[in-house]
Amino acid sequence: MKIKSIIIFTLCVSMLIVAACHKDAPEKVEIPFQGFETPSNFPAPAYHFETNEITKAGFELGRKLFYDPILSRNNTISCGSCHIQSAGFTHHGHDISHGIDDRLGKRNAPAIMNLAWSKSFMADGGIFDLDLQPIAPITTFEEMDETMQHVIEKLQQHKDYPALFQNAFGSSTITSANFLKALSQFMLMCISSNSKYDSIMRNEGPAFTAAEQEGYSIYKQKCSQCHTEPLFSDNSFRNNGIGIGYNGDVGRYAVTLDEADKYKFKVPSLRNLQYTSPYMHDGRFYTLDAVLDQYVNHVTAMPTLDSLLQQNNVYGIPLTMDEKTKILAFLNTLNDKHFVTNPILAEQ
Amino acid sequence: MKTINKLFILSISLLSVFASCKKEKKEPVFDDKDLAPLSIEFDNIVGGKNLILNSETYTNAAGEDYKISLLEYYISNIKVRKADGTEYVVPQDNSYFLIKEGDEDHEEALVNVPEGDYTSLAFTVGIDSLRSTMDVSKRTGVLDPASPENDGLYWGWNSGYIFFKMEGTSSAAPVDGSGQHIFRYHIGGFGGYSSPTINNIKTITLDLTERGPALVRKDKKSNIHLMVDIDKVLSGATTVSIAANPSVMFSDYSVNIANNYATMFRHDHTENE
Ligand code: HEC
Ligand code: HEC
Repeated sequence: MKIKSIIIFTLCVSMLIVAACHKDAPEKVEIPFQGFETPSNFPAPAYHFETNEITKAGFELGRKLFYDPILSRNNTISCGSCHIQSAGFTHHGHDISHGIDDRLGKRNAPAIMNLAWSKSFMADGGIFDLDLQPIAPITTFEEMDETMQHVIEKLQQHKDYPALFQNAFGSSTITSANFLKALSQFMLMCISSNSKYDSIMRNEGPAFTAAEQEGYSIYKQKCSQCHTEPLFSDNSFRNNGIGIGYNGDVGRYAVTLDEADKYKFKVPSLRNLQYTSPYMHDGRFYTLDAVLDQYVNHVTAMPTLDSLLQQNNVYGIPLTMDEKTKILAFLNTLNDKHFVTNPILAEQ
Repeated sequence: MKTINKLFILSISLLSVFASCKKEKKEPVFDDKDLAPLSIEFDNIVGGKNLILNSETYTNAAGEDYKISLLEYYISNIKVRKADGTEYVVPQDNSYFLIKEGDEDHEEALVNVPEGDYTSLAFTVGIDSLRSTMDVSKRTGVLDPASPENDGLYWGWNSGYIFFKMEGTSSAAPVDGSGQHIFRYHIGGFGGYSSPTINNIKTITLDLTERGPALVRKDKKSNIHLMVDIDKVLSGATTVSIAANPSVMFSDYSVNIANNYATMFRHDHTENE
């Protein structure tokens, strides 16, 4: 009897302790997985979801891979090292990206943002399928300096990954296809569509200030032919007159070998510029003032310069001081705080 | 008794010889559901000599000496044709091969075709544009960027396979950072995805009539033995000078090298055993 009651007593006490401990632990907010949804003010995506349907398990696996330095030769650099969420998934503060052993690349890391709507990847569009994109950084000497074979081997031997691949793709044997598709699933979910501009376009309540509204009109007149709404890029390759860079990067020409493509680069989005400085393919401008000044005063005449930037024998885009201020006010409405702080996209 | 026995054996063996002769003459009915093995052997040589990696020195038409340290190329989309024009295209999923000098697991393309007597062989050097743009899940075997064979045969920055890769040393090549005189020819280009660009996909058709058709039978082994004269890579319609072009990758000049190597395949003989 006595022994029995002691046992019951200790059981009760320990249960209480367990319960208390449980209560003490910080409550983890479970954010339900929404899957991929096209924002109502966006066009239909360009990505082939029919061969890679986004699932919770696939997305979470992709996120883990994206932030895991296991993808680099000496396990020091992850995709997230160069594509930092708080910097709009760019390499903030670096004109050209720094990779493994601090080797320097030749281009500025662009944003991992709204890639489901991109028709090509990289500043020269050399990659035509997001699924093939990770092979480039993984195998590039200045970036992660690994081989795909070795990455797959490391993942297969890892204590967690085989089970995570089993969950996501129904097989614990890791193939390059499933590895690449998982990374795509994470990157496709990096959607920036919650800026002030978006709320206004979706009639959710907010309105432009007078300056923003005027800036929007100037933008539509002078920038929108290339930086087209709502993604703020028409996906084309153009020479915007910034002149040949310090490393002579020929841009799109390297992919097409067509003289007419020399020094043309993909038109980047204008979303999240507040977080993504420096600007242009080689990160040569640190401020938006410098970018606007470039468009107004320093457009360089070159055989492939875009015709929009040489109208009526005038090079560049004429803008008064007042117009510049208003454009900057409008560009500011394209910053999406939610995107750069969304916990779902952060390293867990 | 003994003589009868001997006669019996003799007649049996005569019969069988006769039968086998008859069998060889008679070509089986073409049935593309019922396949037999056929191998195509790629025997790399330089001029009149066997190709030996690293040690042997060769001379090109430009008069430059060179040694080869690495030689790899893709063979794909194999087709065979009979004298009457009947053609068999090997299903694409089973029609990608990597030939690698010095690796005995990669000296031949092994396919299955219907039984028959084939007088013509066709294949692609490189990877067709359709496969080059297919979903990653369709890139298996030697096309898998993570397969051990594929290592270094895929351009990450400009999505596409390197069709033909040859590297080596030559006193004509400029000295590099490591003090070596290295040349590198990495040839690819499937024509471009959204914008047209160079297309170095080469289709080779070889007539087998003169040097022996491939007599493909289920119970036999037919091997089409090709000689691949690597000398042609630098010494063809274009005389490639290593000094002037020590490194050729994705560039207009690569077209000259691809045109040169398209002429390097010659049917030597067929083993039908
Ligand atoms: C060393 C820094 C670095 C690392 C590590 C890195 N990237 Fe990048 N990334 C870049 C740079 C630089 C570019 C632009 C290259 C160019 O345009 O040629 C880029 C471009 C991209 C793009 C194209 C975006 C667009 O809009 O065209 C994607 C997608 C991408 N990276 C994904 C990844 C993934 C996935 C990983 C991990 C497997 C990764 N990156 C690792 C620096 C890096
Ligand atoms: C003729 C087409 C064209 C027009 C018109 C144009 N741009 Fe651009 N813009 C580009 C291209 C192309 C690039 C990328 C160049 C590079 O990477 O070197 C670019 C880059 C930029 C960038 C850098 C973005 C980044 O993430 O690096 C900003 C900011 C920018 N443009 C703002 C504007 C503004 C504001 C206007 C209107 C006043 C404008 N552009 C008009 C083609 C254009």
